[in-house]
Amino acid sequence: MIEIKNLHKSYHMGKNSLHVLKGINFSVSEGEMVSIMGSSGSGKSTLLNILGILDEADEGTYTLDGTLIKNLNEKVAARYRNKFLGFIFQSFNLINYKSALENVAMPLYYQGVKRNIRTEKAMHYLEKVGLADWASHLPSELSGGQKQRVAIARALASDPKVLLADEPTGALDTKTSYEVMDLIQGINDEGKTILIVTHEEDIAHMTKRIVNLKDGLIIDDSVVNQVRAKNEAYV
Amino acid sequence: MFSLERWQEIFEAIGKNKLRTFLTGLSVASGIFILVILLAIGQGMSNGVAKEFENDATNRISVWTNVTSVEYKGMNPGRRIEMDNRDYNMAVKKNSDKIELKSGVYSRWGQLTTYKKESGSYRVEGVGGDYQFLENETLVAGRYINQNDLNYFEKNAVIGHQVFLDLFKGKNAIGEYIDIGGIKFKVVGVYTDPGGEREETRVFIPLTTAQRVYNAGDKLRSIAFTLQKHDKYKDALAASEAFSAELEADLKAKHTIAPEDNRAVNVNNTLENAKRFYDLNNMIRWFFWGVGICTIIAGVVGVSNIMLIIVKERTKEIGIRKAIGAEPWSIIGMILHESIFVTAIAGFVGLIFSLILLQLVGPFIEMDYIRNPSVDFSVAITTVIILVVAGAIAGFFPAYRAANIKPIDALRDE
Ligand SMILES: Nc1ncnc2c1ncn2[C@@H]1O[C@H](COP(=O)(O)OP(=O)(O)OP(=O)(O)O)[C@@H](O)[C@H]1O
Ligand SMILES: [Mg+2]
Repeated sequence: MIEIKNLHKSYHMGKNSLHVLKGINFSVSEGEMVSIMGSSGSGKSTLLNILGILDEADEGTYTLDGTLIKNLNEKVAARYRNKFLGFIFQSFNLINYKSALENVAMPLYYQGVKRNIRTEKAMHYLEKVGLADWASHLPSELSGGQKQRVAIARALASDPKVLLADEPTGALDTKTSYEVMDLIQGINDEGKTILIVTHEEDIAHMTKRIVNLKDGLIIDDSVVNQVRAKNEAYV
Repeated sequence: MFSLERWQEIFEAIGKNKLRTFLTGLSVASGIFILVILLAIGQGMSNGVAKEFENDATNRISVWTNVTSVEYKGMNPGRRIEMDNRDYNMAVKKNSDKIELKSGVYSRWGQLTTYKKESGSYRVEGVGGDYQFLENETLVAGRYINQNDLNYFEKNAVIGHQVFLDLFKGKNAIGEYIDIGGIKFKVVGVYTDPGGEREETRVFIPLTTAQRVYNAGDKLRSIAFTLQKHDKYKDALAASEAFSAELEADLKAKHTIAPEDNRAVNVNNTLENAKRFYDLNNMIRWFFWGVGICTIIAGVVGVSNIMLIIVKERTKEIGIRKAIGAEPWSIIGMILHESIFVTAIAGFVGLIFSLILLQLVGPFIEMDYIRNPSVDFSVAITTVIILVVAGAIAGFFPAYRAANIKPIDALRDE
């Protein structure tokens, strides 16, 4: 599903440049649930943004579902994002003047889906994340966990190949985090490929594989025994 | 591009962002409102000046006749030419679309005029109703000669202020009878003339009455016209010269006068006076065009600013939309579609409000130099369109930039 080879990325700020990714080789097959760990500043988000075609690598190759992602213009990049990827952000990134339902329906709008079908599908995904009753609420009327679930429903709405989540539980308390992880595990159970950036050990162990980044390189990549969030007792 | 789906998306955005929409709309609407009112005041000033100068009978053309000076078709020079009603009717009929005011005149000099024990010798002129304005006379009492007087050969007279002072010594004159050369006339009006005493020592009576009491048949001593006003002095001059030349030629042909005879028929126009009017009017026009253009520029700058702020405010939203699959052009289209829609609606609201205000208040404004301020509807519509188009162009650049920043950069914008 995802295949990256020798990926490099530097940030340039004036005269200084910061080499963040220093040759990442890594692949993810369909149906996997992978967490990316590492200390702050190790380049986790940078990697995920490149995987999400929100940013571009300086060097190396990236193949997504058999398509080489290279030198795309914004138009094609947008189309690929819409077709292949679903995003879940730490800060939710919902459109604040749109209701939960409208937020979830957004990716479908850009797929050119008709309004009534859009609403129907969006409602389906809202039900899936357990927020059918909150469909008409604005993000400002929802709790953090609810917002993140709306964001998950939105990420699912376009039926993407891969779900990318950058610290999806970063802004949530433990209880809510586990609820959200339970939801994400359920989605993975249905076969969706999921990548999660986190720096929380317990969250990482709820995935099936942990990739450890340090100073722009993968220092460890191992399969783990998945801990089911549902069974976890929260403190 | 302007699909129903997008309209729905835009209505949603407008509906959910009422304050933003309202403020945008308010500034556009008030801009248009001010612009239209300004243009209307400009027009009002133009009207006011026109009114002030109307009394100068801008563009007056006078025709009178004399004796011939050139032998023509076997007729000796020295033949006296006299115009009559047919000459007048011919000129009027031929130029009815060009003429504004018109009157034939039959006058007699030095007519002894008496009221009780007072008397004086005055020039008596038989004229039509328009002659008041042709001569720039203002009534201080009563009325002027009217159509009824002409139709029924009424023996009514309008006397000059000096005549009034001579004969009536400041007492009421209206309704009193004066004796002119042995015939009783009823005084129906008293006028003043900016020409002063010389012009105020005249008595006006209906033309038909004058022709009858002086046994003049249908003879006329002179004819006076003013032509319709033009926007430009140049046009007015051209129209006036063409009219004069044609009239002179027609009269010469009709009375068998040599074309080169420049004594028998005199056509004179006083357009020189009118030049002041046209100059002033031009100045006002330019001034208000200047003000209007400045206002439009200010409006465009305002709309651009609003667009800039809106795009800035929506940067994060744009990032989100792009992350979930919006193409740059769909972002640009969305922003422009919304802004064009809002500015157009607001522009027309401002337009309608200003037009309503003008309709209600305009006709009551009759100050010295402002009169019935109003706007040309097509000019008003054009300004709205200019503002909307300019707003769209001004909005395009920030929208284009926002649509092309990387989504991560847009998303980072907290
Ligand atoms: N747009 C940018 N411009 C310049 N430097 C950047 C930019 N984005 C990230 N960096 C730098 O690159 C390095 C890696 O950043 P990145 O966001 O990938 O870290 P991270 O692993 O996600 O950290 P965290 O756990 O704190 O989120 C950091 O040192 C950061 O300062
Ligand atoms: Mg990060």
